[in-house]
Amino acid sequence: MTESTIPGALVQGAENDVMEALEADVAVPQPSRARDSMKIVLRFVVVFVLFCIAWEALKFIAGSPWRFSTAEGAWLNLLWFPPLDFKIASDLNMPHLWDIFGALIQPAQRNGPPLVNVLAQAAVVTMQAALVGFLLGTLFGLALGTLFAHSTLLERALVPYVVASQTIPILAIAPMVVVWLKAGWWSVAILAAYLCFFPVTINTLRGLRSPDPRAIELLKSYAATTWAILWKVRYPSALPYIFTALKIAVTTSIVGAIIGELPSGIREGLGGAILNFNQYYAITPPKLWATILFTAVVGILFFISITLVERLMLRNMRKLEG
Amino acid sequence: MSVVTIQSVNKVFGKAPNQTVALKDIQLEIQQGEFVSLIGPSGCGKSTLLRIIGDLITPSNGTILVNGKPARQARVDRDYGIVFQAPVLFDWRTVEKNVQLPLEIMGKSPGERAARANKMLELVELNGFQKHYPYQLSGGMQQRVSIARALSFNPQLLLMDEPFGALDEITRERMNAELLNIWNRTKTTIVFVTHSIPEAVFLSTRVVVMSARPGRIIQVIPIDLPQPRDVETREHPRYYELITQVREGLRGSGGERE
Ligand SMILES: Nc1ncnc2c1ncn2[C@@H]1O[C@H](COP(=O)(O)OP(=O)(O)O)[C@@H](O)[C@H]1O
Ligand SMILES: [Mg+2]
Repeated sequence: MTESTIPGALVQGAENDVMEALEADVAVPQPSRARDSMKIVLRFVVVFVLFCIAWEALKFIAGSPWRFSTAEGAWLNLLWFPPLDFKIASDLNMPHLWDIFGALIQPAQRNGPPLVNVLAQAAVVTMQAALVGFLLGTLFGLALGTLFAHSTLLERALVPYVVASQTIPILAIAPMVVVWLKAGWWSVAILAAYLCFFPVTINTLRGLRSPDPRAIELLKSYAATTWAILWKVRYPSALPYIFTALKIAVTTSIVGAIIGELPSGIREGLGGAILNFNQYYAITPPKLWATILFTAVVGILFFISITLVERLMLRNMRKLEG
Repeated sequence: MSVVTIQSVNKVFGKAPNQTVALKDIQLEIQQGEFVSLIGPSGCGKSTLLRIIGDLITPSNGTILVNGKPARQARVDRDYGIVFQAPVLFDWRTVEKNVQLPLEIMGKSPGERAARANKMLELVELNGFQKHYPYQLSGGMQQRVSIARALSFNPQLLLMDEPFGALDEITRERMNAELLNIWNRTKTTIVFVTHSIPEAVFLSTRVVVMSARPGRIIQVIPIDLPQPRDVETREHPRYYELITQVREGLRGSGGERE
């Protein structure tokens, strides 16, 4: 009896029904995460294979003549003269894929270890500097963005310089950093950080300003401190913006590290390898291509890591926050 | 005891050439336990007045006392809760965590927060929805969560700015009934902005009619309908008389009603 006299008891019943319907909707069997990632990998592989086929197809139509085993008396002696002749598709510009992958397992230098090993070691060197640079740049960007979000004065005064800093080519900055920190690993990291902090700064600022002004007023009505508003509302709202920036920054950090290696006198990284194989490109183009491939893989690995962290954090934010 | 005292308050927005006089010479006294509605044409300064009472903005001149203290002090003492037209829930927080947010900020213990949130959710008839996320609720339910949140720390004054303005007529009437129920149970003083005349009359103990810009109070109409109000109130002849009276008051206010 008491049930029905409470105003809204009826509403409650009706809305419960709605909720059941809603939950039924939510409970629709969702593809498992494992199957999801399988799909992503599969899609990547399919695109990669298609790309390979297109690459070789172009070479088949307009590349350099194909020769398999030109050795005297070989059992298979394949020769193919493509009907067209595009310079871009020549063996010098677009080596055969098997030559590129072949270059990976052949020794980089006479009697040396295979190129994969050399590149893997170089990649580790570059990745370390890139990672440290990324972390430094991110921290700096977060700090700067947070500062700007709280002070329009500082924002107006400093943002032009931040923008200007990004129009100065890193090659112009590099000598200063190298002289300042001495040639070496730390200069590489700093140069990577220099390229990273910009997107993080801008997106942090944007994200921290993204909450509904009434959400901020609400917190003020609880007499919340600026600090509490930052942690309870501004940072959680900014996370998607920040992660977008981190994805840009993490790939940029690799570019920064590779370029940074050149003036810093680091020859053990991917930058050194690229410089080295650049010089021999006319003789052995597949080596440079193999290095490019490796660099791309490192970039993808970095990017995927951030995406995973993003997923974890956005999912756990609910738990973290509450 | 008077909960809100507003004396000669003016509010001017902007600088000299393009000034907006939002409020002019506002005098108002609100007693403990009252339910006061502010009604007036769009842009007449209802929200502005509410925000001044809540110390979210400061008046150009005049004084505001809340519980006998300056509004700033009342805010620091957490004397009031706010409900806006939009629920303004945090979508990464569950319903219960949304309700607990003010308590978190006030440094209450987790146990106390949970107990308090549960009690408030019961009050707004949302028991069982603790673990839901805002996107899983209907508009009316979301607004109830935001009311539960505003009441969670037991404020003596509830400021509501068109809280049911975005809801459909049927939901709005139910919410009106629920709000009165909450008001009767908590004895909270409520200042309520609306542009619905029936809503103002049904809910209030007094209706404050404001004029178009510059916003002034042109009439304060006591609503002498019997308490507690329920479905029958809406059939009371006095209810219609009062609606007519408010409408006539508004007619003299200049400007179009929204
Ligand atoms: N922050 C502001 N800056 C400038 N003008 C404002 C500001 N807030 C409100 N106003 C102006 O003050 C007047 C009253 O606004 P408001 O209180 O929101 O009206 P209502 O809530 O009654 O519709 C309007 O003319 C509006 O344009
Ligand atoms: Mg308004």
